[in-house]
Amino acid sequence: MPDKDKERKERDKDKKPAASGAWEKVLLARHVQRPHALDFINGLTKDFMELRGDRHFGDDAALVGGIAKFEDRTVLVLGNQKGRDTKENIYRNFGTARAEGYRKAFRLMQHAAKFKLPVLTFVDTGGAFPGKESEERGIAMALAENIMLMSRLPVPIVSIVTGEGGSGGALAISVADRLLMLENAVYSVASPEGSATILWRDVSQAPAAAEAMKITAPDLLGFGIIDGIVPEPTGGAHTNPNEMMAIAREYLLNNLTDLEDKYTSRGEAGIQSMLEARYQKYRRIGSWQELAEQSPEVGELSDILQANPSL
Amino acid sequence: MEKLFKRIPRVGGESEKERLEGSSEGTIEPQHKAQAESVEKTPEISPEKAKKHEGHTPKFSWSIKPQGDQKAKPARSGKDEIPDGLWIKCAHCKELIYSKEFENNKKVCPKCGFHFRLGAYERVNVILDESSFEEINANLVTGDPLNFTTSTETYQVKSDQTRAKTGLNEAIVTGFGTLEGMPLALAVCDFNYLGGSMGSVYGEKLVRLVEQALERRVPLLAVSASGGARMHEGMFSLMQMAKTTAAFACLGEAGLPFISLLVDPCTGGVIASYASVADVILAEPGALLGFAGPRVIEQVTKQKLPPGFQTSEFFLEHGMVDQVVNRKELRPVIAKLLRLYETVVAQNEAREREVSYAG
Repeated sequence: MPDKDKERKERDKDKKPAASGAWEKVLLARHVQRPHALDFINGLTKDFMELRGDRHFGDDAALVGGIAKFEDRTVLVLGNQKGRDTKENIYRNFGTARAEGYRKAFRLMQHAAKFKLPVLTFVDTGGAFPGKESEERGIAMALAENIMLMSRLPVPIVSIVTGEGGSGGALAISVADRLLMLENAVYSVASPEGSATILWRDVSQAPAAAEAMKITAPDLLGFGIIDGIVPEPTGGAHTNPNEMMAIAREYLLNNLTDLEDKYTSRGEAGIQSMLEARYQKYRRIGSWQELAEQSPEVGELSDILQANPSL
Repeated sequence: MEKLFKRIPRVGGESEKERLEGSSEGTIEPQHKAQAESVEKTPEISPEKAKKHEGHTPKFSWSIKPQGDQKAKPARSGKDEIPDGLWIKCAHCKELIYSKEFENNKKVCPKCGFHFRLGAYERVNVILDESSFEEINANLVTGDPLNFTTSTETYQVKSDQTRAKTGLNEAIVTGFGTLEGMPLALAVCDFNYLGGSMGSVYGEKLVRLVEQALERRVPLLAVSASGGARMHEGMFSLMQMAKTTAAFACLGEAGLPFISLLVDPCTGGVIASYASVADVILAEPGALLGFAGPRVIEQVTKQKLPPGFQTSEFFLEHGMVDQVVNRKELRPVIAKLLRLYETVVAQNEAREREVSYAG
């Protein structure tokens, strides 16, 4: 696989990269022609059977899911679905799902656990929908329950952030054994606009917030928050969707077979060690230091005894 | 809502912008900024200074510290925040309350029952048996993983200032104690520390508490008052949602009860993660609870929100919490729960020993 990456690099060495700064990446990640979840699902899998509805309240078109064949195995796929035009975006609620969308995802992941199907998720959302009906139907609970379910789901989970990874709405379908990001995707705790509003009460500061929050794939790989970067065709995923699918297929397959070899092919003990590895992966994330006990002789409060080894 | 709960500056001179920092996901705009207001002017604040605040009624919060007094002590009881003999005016019903009576009533207005916010150590005192609390990991402080710098501030400076101002090392205090003699692991969030926001240290302290609770085999109570994930740590903060929730999943697998108490205000990444996966979810009356703050919802949807939207009572009505519990009932209710689970925990433990669970 790295050979193929090298080949691509060699071929495209004279072309300008699609985006450089964090803000350019945000704009590219939101590009309306960028492949969306259903493009990836249809491009990468065969016999996709969409399964709809949360069995409680309704079906949410902003979050799609179903079962499909991926390279000879049946998998469960989930993804945030955005639209390409206004009409479709209204139908898809701009890719921002409500509680029923996340409860559908919950139901489908339980389905995956029952039939031992690996889970592939395609993350592309500005966040969960902050509306009146979301609150009435317990969006916070729906997100929390998904996060908890995914942290212990006894099947391999591979997630790719394909565009925008926005906040809890993205996390609730991306707690995974392998979390990948497309080269020009972004993943942030709040949208740059939201962060700018919180930090400076000024939405026009979004580009500055995008830089300060370190939301690009290379940043997050450096922090150990994601596990890999999936290269995009030079010019961006939308300029060559076929090549994008081929690259995504390689990376997905590689990660999935690796998880299968390491864990699920080894029976119950393998699954337990997969869950333990997943737990430890998240357990390690963070940055902290231990303050010295304040001793009256020295009077120094900020002696740092021990830095977090992960940094 | 707006009529019922007037907003006042939380700490003297602190700007709206500062207040909102640390809240997550652009979501928080607590409705209940209102706290008690002192009727008498604090002598340290000059009349000129006081005039500046005339735009906002009420003028002073009881929690205002005079500007000159920067030496912050841990607000362990909250008593030192109110000068002796002062009368308090309830921000909700406007009645005058004698401050001693207010303290004795656990900062609940005796006239109208309005629940004022509590600091972390005040909360510990309200819940646990007297002097039973042993704090753990009190000296854990945040790093600065993003090297977060903007044109106006750095996270490092912000953290140092917040530590000095609040006397707290983080937005969460964790430890063990007893309630009516029964052992309990307790995590309490303090909204005064950067909006109770969850960053790396918050997550780490909580996970360490869960892991120790697993070792000691005791139930866990988490009291959450938080704006959500902390902006200044970016994705490190978001990942704490997964990290903490995963730890609570393990607590559940071990058959240990987890009780979550939601208090004013609780929104964003905390209510959308561990705080909502508890076995029993309780809330204090009148708390602002929700995923997105009301201001964000109104901005996004252009809808006016009905009165009482996103309160504890709204959560109860929509089936999101088990019970809304008055502060004075908290100890008895939690004790009752602990007694109800006591035998169950013992049974699970026995069963677990039999199968020598290797999780």
